[in-house]
Amino acid sequence: MKFIAVIRQVPDGESRLKVQGGRVDLSGATLILDQMDEYAVEEALRLKEKHGGEAVVVGFGPERVEEAIRTALAMGMDRGVHVVHEGYADPVAVAEALAPVLREEAPTLVLTGGQQADWDSQALGGALAEALGVPVVAWTTALELEGETARAKHDLDEGAEWVRVRLPAVFTTQQGLNEPRYPTLPGIMKAKKKEIRKVAAQVSPKVALLEETIQEKARLGKILDGKDPVAAAEELVRLLHEEAKVI
Amino acid sequence: MILVVLDHDGNRLRKGSLEALARAYRLQEALGGEVAGVLIGEGLGGVAEEARRYVDLLYTVEAGPYTAERWAKAVLEAAKKGAKAVVAPSSRQSRTYLGRVAFALGAGLLEDTLESWAEGGEVYATRYAYLNRVTQKVKAALPVVLTVKPNTTPPAEPKGEGRVEALPLPPVETVEVLEKIQEEKKGVSLAEADVVVTGGRGMGSAEAFKAIEELAALLGGAVGATRAVVDAGWRPYGEQVGQTGKTVQPTLYIALGVSGAVQHLAGMNKSKYIVAVNKDPEAPIFKHADYGIVGDVHQVLPALIQAVKKLKD
Repeated sequence: MKFIAVIRQVPDGESRLKVQGGRVDLSGATLILDQMDEYAVEEALRLKEKHGGEAVVVGFGPERVEEAIRTALAMGMDRGVHVVHEGYADPVAVAEALAPVLREEAPTLVLTGGQQADWDSQALGGALAEALGVPVVAWTTALELEGETARAKHDLDEGAEWVRVRLPAVFTTQQGLNEPRYPTLPGIMKAKKKEIRKVAAQVSPKVALLEETIQEKARLGKILDGKDPVAAAEELVRLLHEEAKVI
Repeated sequence: MILVVLDHDGNRLRKGSLEALARAYRLQEALGGEVAGVLIGEGLGGVAEEARRYVDLLYTVEAGPYTAERWAKAVLEAAKKGAKAVVAPSSRQSRTYLGRVAFALGAGLLEDTLESWAEGGEVYATRYAYLNRVTQKVKAALPVVLTVKPNTTPPAEPKGEGRVEALPLPPVETVEVLEKIQEEKKGVSLAEADVVVTGGRGMGSAEAFKAIEELAALLGGAVGATRAVVDAGWRPYGEQVGQTGKTVQPTLYIALGVSGAVQHLAGMNKSKYIVAVNKDPEAPIFKHADYGIVGDVHQVLPALIQAVKKLKD
């Protein structure tokens, strides 16, 4: 069996973003393995531990993405494939670029994060599934293999459901599916020797990114002292009613 | 033709569908052609009567219960009739199955857009990125697939009596739905609510959320929760606001006992007014608040409920 986690590298949510020439400039930002993709890596590791086989991490993006692939290798993934591409690529174009690599690997199943923390996109799972001609289960919170099929629980816009799906299939992951492990020191040492195969991406962009702006809304910052809770609550309700006119 | 995927609850179109229609009409001004709708689901007769009033042509596809594959196939069947653009309300489900659709059409996918317009045969849009911290301006050539962020667009008005045409759903390999787990529905939905009252770890217990429910009901709003609260099992996952939960943009967001982690901010930082109550004056949430009270939420919340009741009388 072969379990693939598709990952990306994104800025840490805590790190400061700046814009240079109409584009987000990540040169000063801390870059991490996307936290949503960590669930995918963890699930691939758990499936391998339970059912045997191989756990492979596939990363997309510029040279620096190798760091995120190494993080996944340090968590325990067996080897990596890095589909190298500099610059912006939209999720549909990324799915197209990853499809030949994934087809060649012929995985039992593919996992990836439900939303990417840089694009704020939720489309990669669906687009990958279409590229591979297999079903997709989005926002998965439980996953069990049963022979040629998987049983999975996943969230819908309202409520959730259990489904059975023939493998291979694509699953998008999220909080609740598992608790991602931390890379251990021996894991980090081992990761340095693990193979990362480099593949040059064939990308035909479908979306052009024209401009990025940071618009942190200026907040009023009217903070009241709550030592007298009743007085503070009444003043707050007055402000919301008379000043903000929202209640 | 501009194709609008019309989301519905089996009886009525959802508000998001009317917003998507309004966006479709805006594209039509520059791109021309008809505005067609596609209605997917089971037992569509009643909602089709409503839907046809908003479009020139309505396709209906009896597809059974939702799966991403069936919905994608249904949209593709209608899109094959010559869609230059596919417009849909943004939801978790639409953002999944339209990923399939965009790939199949080789189309640019503009997700969760705030605004959109066409110019010179291309479609432009603005959308948020980087956990809602950055606004992107993007463009794509035709055909394009576009989802509309809720509450960004005034809804379309009915315009006449469109023709109705039923389309067959081709066979498709998909998931087998074994069991549906319905969420208990209370009041307005979180995504559409104009007021959201969220409790964080500072609430201390599941029982303490009864007061949050009361305040939300008084304000005609929905209850939200932080990841810590959901992890503790105090509230269901469906109420989680944040990077790994729902994104909301109400007029009024009230955060009670919420510290303000970036992952939570990502789900609510575009709210028009943010109110915070927290006993820690250094809590990051206050940096993002328009109004706030530094105080014990267990004392402030009952006082708030009383003050709102007094105002309503």
